[in-house]
Amino acid sequence: MPDYSWPPMDKRQVMGKRLNRLDGVAKASGKAKYSSDLNPNGLIYGALLTCPHAHCTIKSIDINEAKAVPGVTSIRVINGAGKEMQWRGAEIASVAATSESAANDALRKIKVEYDILPHLVKEADLSKVGPRARPSGEQVTGDPDKGFSEAAAVSEGIYGIPVITHCCLESHGQVVRWSGDQIDYWPSTQNVSAIGGDLAKALQVPVPNVSVDMQYMGGGFGSKFPADLWGVEAAQLSKESGGKPVKMFLDRATELSIAGNRPSVFGKVKVGAKADGTIVSWQSETWGSGGMTGGGLNADLFPYVFRGIPNRKVNHTAVSLNLGSARAWRAPNHPQQAYITFSALEDLAAKLRMDPIDFFRKNMDAVRKDFQPTYQRQIAKGMELIDWKKNWHQRGDSGSGQWRRGLGIGFGTWGGLGHDSKCRTTINPDGTVEVEIGSQDIGTASRTMIAMVVAETTGVDYTKVRVKLGDSHYPTSGASGGSTTTGGVSVSSRKSAVNALDKLFERVAPLLNATPDQLEARDNTIRVKGDPSRSMSWAAACQKLGIEKITEMGENVGRNAAKEGLITQGVAGVQMADVSVDIETGIVKMNKLVIVQDCGLVVNPKTAESQAYGAGIMTICAALMEERITDQTLGRVLNADMEFYKLASINDIGEIVVHMDIHPDMDKRGIIGLGEPVAIGGLAAIGNATANAIGVRVPSLPLTPNRVLAALNGKGGLA
Amino acid sequence: MSSTKDRTPRGPSSPPEPPETESVKSNFSRRGFLQGAGAGATVLSTAALLTEQEAAAAPPPVTGPGAVEISLNINGSEMKANVEPRETLLDTLRNHLDLTAAKRVCDRGTCGACTVIIDGKVMYGCTVLAIDAVGRKIETLESLSAPGHKPHPIIQAFVNNDAQQCGYCTPGFVMASKGFLDRNANPTYEDVKKGLTGNLCRCGTYMGIRKAVLEAAQELKTGGNRA
Repeated sequence: MPDYSWPPMDKRQVMGKRLNRLDGVAKASGKAKYSSDLNPNGLIYGALLTCPHAHCTIKSIDINEAKAVPGVTSIRVINGAGKEMQWRGAEIASVAATSESAANDALRKIKVEYDILPHLVKEADLSKVGPRARPSGEQVTGDPDKGFSEAAAVSEGIYGIPVITHCCLESHGQVVRWSGDQIDYWPSTQNVSAIGGDLAKALQVPVPNVSVDMQYMGGGFGSKFPADLWGVEAAQLSKESGGKPVKMFLDRATELSIAGNRPSVFGKVKVGAKADGTIVSWQSETWGSGGMTGGGLNADLFPYVFRGIPNRKVNHTAVSLNLGSARAWRAPNHPQQAYITFSALEDLAAKLRMDPIDFFRKNMDAVRKDFQPTYQRQIAKGMELIDWKKNWHQRGDSGSGQWRRGLGIGFGTWGGLGHDSKCRTTINPDGTVEVEIGSQDIGTASRTMIAMVVAETTGVDYTKVRVKLGDSHYPTSGASGGSTTTGGVSVSSRKSAVNALDKLFERVAPLLNATPDQLEARDNTIRVKGDPSRSMSWAAACQKLGIEKITEMGENVGRNAAKEGLITQGVAGVQMADVSVDIETGIVKMNKLVIVQDCGLVVNPKTAESQAYGAGIMTICAALMEERITDQTLGRVLNADMEFYKLASINDIGEIVVHMDIHPDMDKRGIIGLGEPVAIGGLAAIGNATANAIGVRVPSLPLTPNRVLAALNGKGGLA
Repeated sequence: MSSTKDRTPRGPSSPPEPPETESVKSNFSRRGFLQGAGAGATVLSTAALLTEQEAAAAPPPVTGPGAVEISLNINGSEMKANVEPRETLLDTLRNHLDLTAAKRVCDRGTCGACTVIIDGKVMYGCTVLAIDAVGRKIETLESLSAPGHKPHPIIQAFVNNDAQQCGYCTPGFVMASKGFLDRNANPTYEDVKKGLTGNLCRCGTYMGIRKAVLEAAQELKTGGNRA
């Protein structure tokens, strides 16, 4: 059995170093070709006609005039007469034409008549959703009512976190060419190995007929796994247009309306504690929506992290709305649970006049046992980085000036076990090392981390390792979701590189008067362990292969991974926020966000920190400005654009301090995913800091000036 | 959120540019921006009036609605394309000339992913019609890469500071940074934060971008300059 284990932390040559991403120059110079950048010969353009009403039946559709538009090569009715449409933005017809403008002209010539039906697009006020509410039923642990009756302090509050959308900068879509039996498919996806099968199934063609290629993609955040209706339509348009390649990417309004969103969660929470701060009872009634399909959230997940509270009563109601459906959004459900939980608990701490740090520490027994020391250490680190002792004050004791400063805290946890992954490593006689893997680099630097793992293994410079990914012909690797990629691809690439290297050792060992197990590969050299004088260069060793290259596979099987020790799961993170609030205008300004995060063995601290900074900035967006706004009268999203769907600019985020929990105790756990866990605790931290600053809770995110002023005037609600 | 970006393209027959307003001169206060915007608006409405008077005297030639062949000066070369008058410079670059560094994201002058430099000014390619760009000097990100040369200092600084994740906003940020550094060779950290608010990133790479722009400024001063 080959030794796949990671070299000891202090012996690693490449992993753990702060290295530049390999495709950095390609991206920053504009040479990187995203799928939306591809212009293959004969390219034509696809466009979608989408439903203008929140709920309607299509009475009739007439495409004759549209067909006559010069340049149109194909028109397809997706949903024709008699079809019920459940949200604005749903697909009705598709067009392909020789130019984008011709395709859009043709869309305008399609005549559709609708029968308008009643709709619902708002869920913050549960009393107004009528039969759209689907309660999951109450779940009770212990005796909550008795718990409250014995509590020294009981806090009751309302909290809300509205729907946000993924707003991927490269919108959903693809270039696709269906010519003869062959479908060449260039999607923007988080799922290179499996999306071709998804498309093949929808088109009822054999899976091998679809070839997927995607070298770069412009953001997914959980929303880009399936081929989607627009993928299927683009392929059909290509076929109907004589096999010409079709480019069809959603326009911005459609992207924000139907290409995914994060479900809302609103809640009424009652929580009680003893005089010393020990939480004794939790009761939550929550509701939310992820569009037509509801917004099913497991109510039992409340309270979050501090789960060991003896008495609990929880209930969650999913609300079905006439809006595009939710998709996985970085750490599905966790940010919402964290926001509701830590807002309610911080309100209780404030009622007890306790420092929330003391309060959460007092209740640490309610946290999963193996996380307790990690959280304790992270709290201490966070306090140091935000200067908690100096800057924290009792809620509202923030002076008498116009600007009020406050601190807050939130927690997060995630699994992050590496997904199933296969990888093929080839050592060529000229010394080049190629790695082929059906994975994708969605911006997390997977390409770079794979190269680093293989470089660590073979002793070859990481910039010389040729990582080939983004192609469905390469060995199957999992989709990039749930923080599973770094773990998965690190194991499969490590194993395939070790296997290939062992083969090379067998070939050259006799030349060094050694046995294969006595050899090691370092610094572009193969040498006898403990006797560096007996060595040969990597190039010379590979030359001995003659004309025969070495190709070996490696595999990660998620369910077996834990016992192999290369990767594991389960991480903790603490975030703390420092904000200033202008009580005259209601503006909340970020001073600092501190992110303290464990993710086991960190392959590349530089790109890992980028993940954490990025999650922090996304959190600030969602905490202060980001919100899908709907109008019940019109039945539509009012801000399906980037003027009014607000994202933070480079000047809106204050300072962000990231502390990756890198030390031997964490490192020995192996690699654990990072993308989700850093995107969880910050919302509560910012909300709590704002409450700490102004003395009252602003119930609902985002903390816009009007909501802050309403709360200051005693009128804070969930709207 | 203030932006120093000029969102009001002028065609080849437009009146001369108004004097630079406060906002363009890198005086980044919100008050300065608001005053500047006010002044700009006044100048523009006068300009519109003049154009109308001129139009009454001698109607300009009508272009379109079909495609016309135009020649654009892009990165020092004349490039020909058959475009409809309604096509933006951004779509012309991407769809007709295969210059795809500039990205189409918001498509209405908000996010900066399509940032180009026209006659020395940082502009959004999605707010400029291709026919209005005729006769003007257009620089796209492609101009910063010369074959056989090291990466441009701004590009290298973005890489060194990991100022990108998915990378889709990055080309726009690199061009906005170039325009910013052309105007302000010695920026402070605060200048950088205020000078790049005209571009948006979704992955959250702003911390790296702040450091990258400062590093690039330093590098451009100390010999890395070949721009």
